[in-house]
Amino acid sequence: MLSALLLIPFLSGIACYFTASDRLRRQIPVAAALANLAVVGMIWARGGELPGGEWIGVDSLSLLFLVINGILFTASAVYAAGYLEQHRREYDANRWLSREAIFTGTLLVFLATMTLAIVSRHPGIFWMAIEATTLTSAPLISFQRSNRSLEAAWKYLLICSVGIALALIGVIALAVSADFSPALNNLPITFSMLIANAGALQPVWLKAAFVFILVGFGTKMGLAPLHNWLPDAHSEAPSPVSAILSGALLNCAFLGILRINTVLVHAGLGEFSNQLLLALGIFSMFLAGGFILMQADFKRLLAYSSVEHMGILAVALAAGTATHAGGMLHALNHSLTKGMLFLVAGNILAAFHTKSTRDISGLVRTMPLTGVLWIAGFLAICGVPPFGVFVSEFTILAGLAAGERWIVMALFLGALGIIFVGMARIVIPMAYGTPGESGPADGATRWWSAAPPLVLCILVLVLGLYIPPPLYRLIEASARVIGVN
Amino acid sequence: MPIQVSIALLLLINLHLLGTSRLNALIRAVAWQAFLICALGALVNRDVLEWHGWLVIVTMVIVKSIVLPMLMRRALRETAVRREIEPLLGYAASLFAGIILLAVSMWGAWRLPLPNAIDPLMIGSAFFTFGVGLLLIVSRIKAITQAIGYLIMENGIYLFGLAAAAGQPLIIEMGVLLDVFVGVFIMGIMVFNINREFEHIDTHQLAILKD
Repeated sequence: MLSALLLIPFLSGIACYFTASDRLRRQIPVAAALANLAVVGMIWARGGELPGGEWIGVDSLSLLFLVINGILFTASAVYAAGYLEQHRREYDANRWLSREAIFTGTLLVFLATMTLAIVSRHPGIFWMAIEATTLTSAPLISFQRSNRSLEAAWKYLLICSVGIALALIGVIALAVSADFSPALNNLPITFSMLIANAGALQPVWLKAAFVFILVGFGTKMGLAPLHNWLPDAHSEAPSPVSAILSGALLNCAFLGILRINTVLVHAGLGEFSNQLLLALGIFSMFLAGGFILMQADFKRLLAYSSVEHMGILAVALAAGTATHAGGMLHALNHSLTKGMLFLVAGNILAAFHTKSTRDISGLVRTMPLTGVLWIAGFLAICGVPPFGVFVSEFTILAGLAAGERWIVMALFLGALGIIFVGMARIVIPMAYGTPGESGPADGATRWWSAAPPLVLCILVLVLGLYIPPPLYRLIEASARVIGVN
Repeated sequence: MPIQVSIALLLLINLHLLGTSRLNALIRAVAWQAFLICALGALVNRDVLEWHGWLVIVTMVIVKSIVLPMLMRRALRETAVRREIEPLLGYAASLFAGIILLAVSMWGAWRLPLPNAIDPLMIGSAFFTFGVGLLLIVSRIKAITQAIGYLIMENGIYLFGLAAAAGQPLIIEMGVLLDVFVGVFIMGIMVFNINREFEHIDTHQLAILKD
């Protein structure tokens, strides 16, 4: 089952490279995404754990992230099929290894690398998977081959490759910290081995490892001040790719930080690692707030909102066991909401051919469904009830209150307030207001562009009203994996 | 004794890298640096290395000091760049920064608690090499110099891995994967004609490429 999880996207990706028919090829990611979702569902139905081996395996935490990835990728794959149909090039049609074939195939291989990151149980394997995600996502970002998308992809590669090099130093330092104790000398340094023997690890090296890994994977996760690549990549990539980058890739990097943090907590260095995470998290929230206030590009707006939500996840991880469940629920809610918002943004971009917020107004009147989804997405991402993000942010706040972290709580609420005002100032005129003279060039709503964000929106709404018991148990179980029991 | 000589040479090469503006000289120095580091790795671990360890080291020499420098020279010819003309940090200042970096790396390496078998001199040199690479990436403008800087940084990590984590061959071998990035950078420079900052990419040329 574990190998099906990795092989389905990988092999279907390879198949895409060598499929000549455009029509057939566009269906492959959708089919693979559904198959992937089915496998994840089967793992969940069978209890949700696959011990696997030394290198890969599924625990509750992996399963939660697999579920998030599966849903988001399916939505994006449906959307991408239509997107590619709209952006087809006659001279490049129906050829194998055409630009479109490479895009489609790489999208699936990218899913395989993210899945590998989620199921890895060894920091080394995790590191390799994250490096592979960087390499496979760069050509997706530069798909349009415009100057700006090439620049964004180059910046992404350069910044994230330095981050990954730093993370490798962290992984080596982790190995050195285990080298001090003769008993651990030749054991493979899996996450579970490190947690079980946390007390025997050399603390100075363990701290150094954490700092390097935090900076390295933090770059990938988009924690400020290491987030520089993120707004460019997210705004220049095709919208279905932006949705996956923001909703799935950032989570994968977060997972690595999370697992290393657990090792430090077990080694009694939790205070050190949590303070660092907390500082980066709060800083990310405020920095995102500042950039959102003066944003003039709606895809960059969403990108900075992702920086904010990664900050929230870092805070939820760092503030103690009371906030862990809220944080895990928030990862799910953020991914679904942000995926939906990026897909809606893609529809707006396709209709107006501009990313400038000032040139767009009266969406609700000219494109009713898109306009309503845009407003709903805005309310959802800002944590307005009855959407899911409200529940998860409220749970995190309740956790902060239970831990008597009043200062953190005040800063957290302050940042949320700034971001709400900043986003409202941009989103509301876009949706309401009088339609400008330059109305949408192409306002037609197609089922492939409307259905995926609509379904995601309904999911976020449902999560705000009712959390199904199996999901509740999964979140509790994954919070237990992080926490000290 | 050969270890100390190699380390001294490595430190000199690092300082040379910071002070030179000619890109050809930079590439030659990086190739020698990679060779020295692989030789050091082989010397230090010669008793514990098994056959696949030797295979990795030989592969590293081929990739880092033959294949990648050759590709870089080709990229250089195709983009007709000779020198790094306007670095953000001047050459004298870079050298000065390098000497401070050397002092800090060595001081740090001696202060770190180390398992018995590990030589702090090696760890310090690894930190220093890494720092030199990072310095080149942030203080130079040309894309090719940044790719060279990345290769230097990676050499530092490889030395660190060889010196510190000999018991975990998997992790040392993972370093090979970083070379893929250097390859991708060079490809980007050649295929998309990425030269330096991005205003310089000519859309006309991209259209010629016919995607």
